[in-house]
Amino acid sequence: MSVLLAATAAGLFAVGTYLVLQRKLSRIIIGLGLLGHGANVLMVGAGRAGRAAIVDGGGEGALADPLPQALALTAIVISFGTTALLLALAYRSWLLTDDDEVQDDVEDELVARRGLPDEDLRGGPDPSDPDDDPDDDTGDDTGRGSHRATDAGGTAGEGR
Amino acid sequence: MTALLAAHLVVGLGLVAWGRQATRVAVPLAAAVPAATVAWLAVRAGDPLAGRPVTEEVAWVPRLGVDMALRLDGFAVLFAGLVSGMGVLVVAYAGGYLARGGAGQGRLLGLLVLFAGSMLGLVLADDLVVLFGFWELTSVTSFLLIGIEHQSVTARAAALQALLVTTAGGLALLAGVVLLGQAAGGTFRLSEVLADPPGGTATTVGLVLVAVGAFTKSAQVPFHAWLPGAMVAPTPVSAYLHSATMVKAGVYVIGRFAPAFATVWIWRPLVVGVGLATMVVGGLRALRQTDLKLLLAFGTISQLGFMVVLFGLGTADTVVDAGELVLAHALFKAALFMVVGALDHQLGTRDLRHVPRPGRGWAPLTVVTVVSSASMAGVPLLFGFVAKEDAFAGLEAGRFAEAGAVLAAVVVASVLTAAYSLRFAWGALGYGADRSSVGEAPPPPGPGLVVPAVSLATLTVVLGVAPALAEDVVGGVGRALSGAVAPPHLAPWHGLGLPLVLSAVVLAAGVGLFLARSPVDRVLALGHRVPSGGEVYLLALRRLNVLADRVTAVAQSGSLPVYTGVILTTAAVLPTAAFLLGDGWQGWPAVVGPAGQVVVCVAVLVFGAAAGAVHRRFSAALLLGAAGYAMAGLFVVRGGADLALTQVAIETLTTVVFVLVLRRLPDRFESRSSPGGRAVRLAVAATVGTAVFVLALAAGGQRAGTPVSADMVARAVPDGGGRNVVNVILVDFRGIDTMGEVTVLAAAAIGSVALARAGRRPRRTGSDDPTGPSPAEAAGGPRLRRLVVVDVAVRVVFSAVVVGSIYLLFAGHNQPGGGFVGGIVAGAAVALLYVAGGIDDVRRVSRARPWTVLGGGLLLSALTVVVPLALGGAPLEAARWEADLWLLGHVKATSALAFDAGVYLLVVGLVLMVFESFGDDPRRLAHADADRAVHDSTAAPSAHLPEVEEVPGR
Repeated sequence: MSVLLAATAAGLFAVGTYLVLQRKLSRIIIGLGLLGHGANVLMVGAGRAGRAAIVDGGGEGALADPLPQALALTAIVISFGTTALLLALAYRSWLLTDDDEVQDDVEDELVARRGLPDEDLRGGPDPSDPDDDPDDDTGDDTGRGSHRATDAGGTAGEGR
Repeated sequence: MTALLAAHLVVGLGLVAWGRQATRVAVPLAAAVPAATVAWLAVRAGDPLAGRPVTEEVAWVPRLGVDMALRLDGFAVLFAGLVSGMGVLVVAYAGGYLARGGAGQGRLLGLLVLFAGSMLGLVLADDLVVLFGFWELTSVTSFLLIGIEHQSVTARAAALQALLVTTAGGLALLAGVVLLGQAAGGTFRLSEVLADPPGGTATTVGLVLVAVGAFTKSAQVPFHAWLPGAMVAPTPVSAYLHSATMVKAGVYVIGRFAPAFATVWIWRPLVVGVGLATMVVGGLRALRQTDLKLLLAFGTISQLGFMVVLFGLGTADTVVDAGELVLAHALFKAALFMVVGALDHQLGTRDLRHVPRPGRGWAPLTVVTVVSSASMAGVPLLFGFVAKEDAFAGLEAGRFAEAGAVLAAVVVASVLTAAYSLRFAWGALGYGADRSSVGEAPPPPGPGLVVPAVSLATLTVVLGVAPALAEDVVGGVGRALSGAVAPPHLAPWHGLGLPLVLSAVVLAAGVGLFLARSPVDRVLALGHRVPSGGEVYLLALRRLNVLADRVTAVAQSGSLPVYTGVILTTAAVLPTAAFLLGDGWQGWPAVVGPAGQVVVCVAVLVFGAAAGAVHRRFSAALLLGAAGYAMAGLFVVRGGADLALTQVAIETLTTVVFVLVLRRLPDRFESRSSPGGRAVRLAVAATVGTAVFVLALAAGGQRAGTPVSADMVARAVPDGGGRNVVNVILVDFRGIDTMGEVTVLAAAAIGSVALARAGRRPRRTGSDDPTGPSPAEAAGGPRLRRLVVVDVAVRVVFSAVVVGSIYLLFAGHNQPGGGFVGGIVAGAAVALLYVAGGIDDVRRVSRARPWTVLGGGLLLSALTVVVPLALGGAPLEAARWEADLWLLGHVKATSALAFDAGVYLLVVGLVLMVFESFGDDPRRLAHADADRAVHDSTAAPSAHLPEVEEVPGR
């Protein structure tokens, strides 16, 4: 790995990162493509350079390291599959919103802004509850004990 | 024993599943299983009670030392008998309680049987992990039974509370069990741990955790609030789980551990303290209830506290007394629950202010009420009295510190018990109601509601008059827990002494407390100021939710750039920091390396940076392609012939696909980002770039050993049968990897087609019929003239390129090429066809659909992996054939070629599918756009829902 290759990979990673942090899906895809290139530079750079890795293929000098090449080759093909899938996403986004912008998750924004409403934690009043005797509301002290104990059972959290 | 447990499981599941069809036999069937257990116990209990446990073992996870070990000793006999005997009675009672053939009946009975099995397993388990498993099963069945009326919010909330509390305790129990097992030298066998108790800090912590688990299950302060809540369950459930059996699981565990560990410094203060507090709190709360069932629930809490105290002390006397109390409590408390259930069933209320005096036909239950309440209060000649007096005697004789204080506290709590027992009888017999607000006496209950309660009350009386009948069982408890040899002497009359005096005091004070109920109520009303357990639970749950909201708001902002930025920054900063803090720098490597690299690297960087900088989509895509071609140049310089070929073909295809999609999107990116956001992005990008640079240099300097690929080069020809080492690695040495990767490709292809096609608008009827005029004509647009020159040229070139791609496939094993490269070259040929004639020409290429080609390729590759397995070899094991063929000369072939052919087909299928996704005629799309405009302006919102377009016929 020469300084030149390291710098090339670093440059590709920097530009790719910058693009991936955007909101436009097509820029993100281009960013991912550049990141893939950077990774391939790292991989190929990690192996020894030389002539093509073909046994008895003629030529002078040592063979290039074949393993990083094999890894990079599959990486190239896989990144094509990824790109196709992401482009399909962009296409679908365009169909639905006329744009390929990745929006913030509306649900998450709601949670961040106000949290779960407190009512969601309690079980609501339940008409079918046999313990829910209206006479309990007369306010005498013996009644309140019972009412409170029933409440303890009735107020457990109900998830959203 | 295993067979009995399995019978519970099978019958329980069967009833849950088919209970609705089998209503007539459901009750007998459900009762048969616990009845069989009772019979088995009657036959086999002799040995365990005499101190000779019956054991049974099935290997489960031998490597972890966890086995399905079951052990029936005297202590287990008491609980197993309780579980099964009560099971029979409760199932019979449930048959009378529930409407015959009611929808939930089979489910309820089945769950009761499942619970009985879980509880039986819990008391029989001799392996701590198995015990924990059954413990959790009882929690789950209890959850389902409390929430059996799942339409009710209250029932669901109560079930959830019980589940949260008991399973949280279950987790504590598990942690404690693991700690104890480790401290005991890695054995989880309960009997071994207890026979040779470990010591040390780990044991202490483990014991505390086990005790906490037991407290949650047995509703001890401060975890008791779930038990009153659980009273929303039908009465058979309350009688069985929440008074007689399940809540005693915690008591059982404490009883098991106490004799061996009572001398650990924290055990007695913790367990006895919590038990005493629970006794008092439960008694006080019970005195304030008007709901008879809640009164019993708080009474149960108080009694459970009593058992925890007695078992927790762990002396030879007190564990025997605790065994008596367990038995006595099950007899009187379950009977009282059944009385409340009968009232509720016949009357529709169980509030003591609305219960009328018992009418005609209620005499048996009146007697049951009086007898059982009196037993609970400790009236002589009933079994409750025997148990309580023996407990007093045991505490009096106790050889442990603060025995006097414990005895005093128990006496105070017993006064409360006597008072609420009286209050219960007073309320249940209709003396607590306001005369004017009470209606007619209810109709008498059916035999199903009466007989089980009467049998329990009869036992209370019989054992109260002749307690010697219980000596064997109770003595068995002593033998099992403390090794006591002499059987206890149980008698209705112990003679004059302190216990008798205390009993008299308790009864008198209890009556006094009851009679003075008006002033007492005013004092107890002050208790409102203390938050109840239920309020504490609710508060804790709410705080937890608020905390979760805050964490979520920060951690889950919903913004993709934020997520990506955090991930990338972390991935860059952490390893770099670790590296810089360490001592890994090996010095600078060569600056340039092979000379040709300079030009290509500069080109890659320039094109890459330009692709990031431009604001037009097309330009960016083309610049990305240019960077890719420059990468191919780099590969050539480094000696990667296959790589360069693949890169060029892929880059061509990628560019074509980009163009296909981008023609729909606006030409320019509209940049709306703030300067601040831009600065952050630049900073993250610079960080990542720097990290990659540093780590690349560092990793480059670390290479010391021989590359693994040296071996691969040496073995390529003899083992792989090919001279192109890269290809041999792909299809042979690391073939399974390749198999996984092509599977990913297939998934990506299917995904992109699904996404693209699902989003299409429905077409107008007739306008796009593929058998009719061409889409362009139907759309009314001008038909583009096809240039003959281009058509002919493309056809010639297409054939040539396809032949070339097949050559690459076959040659790949020995020369640059292979399945990936060949497939992509063929794909490039398809792209050429598309340029000349659009999607229709592409569809005309092959009779097979794109997905058939894709799937066929995947299948072929997979077969190559699997077939050698069928022939007794390793997956992907290569076979080789050589033959002299006419015309072709000497031909060598390996089975890896078939694998590579699969890859080839798959890549071709992928390309075809990409065109199928995005390659629609733009004129047709323009037409679809027009449709869209019409829909948008006039149609109902439902028209916006994407619909799947019918696959065009061919």
